[in-house]
Amino acid sequence: MSPPAGPPGLLPLGLAYLRIGLTGFGGVNAWARQLLVEEKGWLTEQDYAETLGVAQVLPGPNALNCAIGVGARFHGAAGAAVCGLALFAGPMALLMGIAALYDAYGDLPWVRAVLTGIAAAAAGMVLGTAVKMAQKLRPGLPLLLVGLGALGMALARVPLPAVVLGLAPFGLLAAWWGLRR
Amino acid sequence: MSLLLQILLAFATLSLLAIGGANAVLPEMHRLLVEVHGWMDDATFSQLFALAQAAPGPNILAASVMGWHIAGPAGMAAATLGMLAPAAVLAWVMGGLTERLAGARWLKPAQFGLVPVAVGLIAASGVIMAGAAGTGWLSWAIIAASTLFVWRTGFSPLWVLAGGGVLGLLLL
Repeated sequence: MSPPAGPPGLLPLGLAYLRIGLTGFGGVNAWARQLLVEEKGWLTEQDYAETLGVAQVLPGPNALNCAIGVGARFHGAAGAAVCGLALFAGPMALLMGIAALYDAYGDLPWVRAVLTGIAAAAAGMVLGTAVKMAQKLRPGLPLLLVGLGALGMALARVPLPAVVLGLAPFGLLAAWWGLRR
Repeated sequence: MSLLLQILLAFATLSLLAIGGANAVLPEMHRLLVEVHGWMDDATFSQLFALAQAAPGPNILAASVMGWHIAGPAGMAAATLGMLAPAAVLAWVMGGLTERLAGARWLKPAQFGLVPVAVGLIAASGVIMAGAAGTGWLSWAIIAASTLFVWRTGFSPLWVLAGGGVLGLLLL
């Protein structure tokens, strides 16, 4: 890890986020840390962890919140706009191509077969991620009940605002109680 | 109400609730797009989500692909704007407070307390996706194998997606 360098200019910052967007397969945050902290040395490990921590509490995509936090830190509103747009520009262009191809060829039998296979794999990937995260957390009983509550309510098709607003107070209470002990 | 405005509003309601990223809002996305508005069927929903997972970039861009499918490029713009703008504005407003927030006493309970909600929602996403994608014994086998692979190994999930695609091509 190199020591923190001077603050980056707007252009290098934008280019860095363009790269993060295009390389970030399946989750961007690991790539962002690698580039911003280890390669460029613009942020210390502590800076990045704090920015990410706040980004995770705020609603919305963590990666975007993080980009806005990093951009604003160095260049205010302009930095936030540049980092946020750069993060999405590359993948958006790519996805426009993919979406157009899907509309044109999505009904071909072999395309449907490939996509059905990928969709099944993606379903398993989401399930596996949930199991992995739950295992890593090792929640106590109160937090476990909150998690199971969210699962049950989402499967019962309760609208998301009700799920989040209904369970957040219990989650906060359970976490506060757990941390105090 | 015009279609584009409906798309914008549907995704804007998701934006501020997306604690834990794209996977956590998937059940609500499915409820709104498939059940409430009837803009696409189960199979299309799961395939579009899978495409967004397989492509680089933040997974939240699943919203953009779905917007495109509903109403072309303008739909994509409406969905992306709805999904990203409200959260981005909030992040910008709160960003000025980052340094004070980072040391705040409630931050840790907030992080710990919201994580189980997010994990529960992600698990629900997996169940809904599996229900949509599980069309025969082979797709259920792929779902089971991919769950185990992602859970038990540290390899990139891209291998699973590629493997699923190849198996689908050969056997479905």
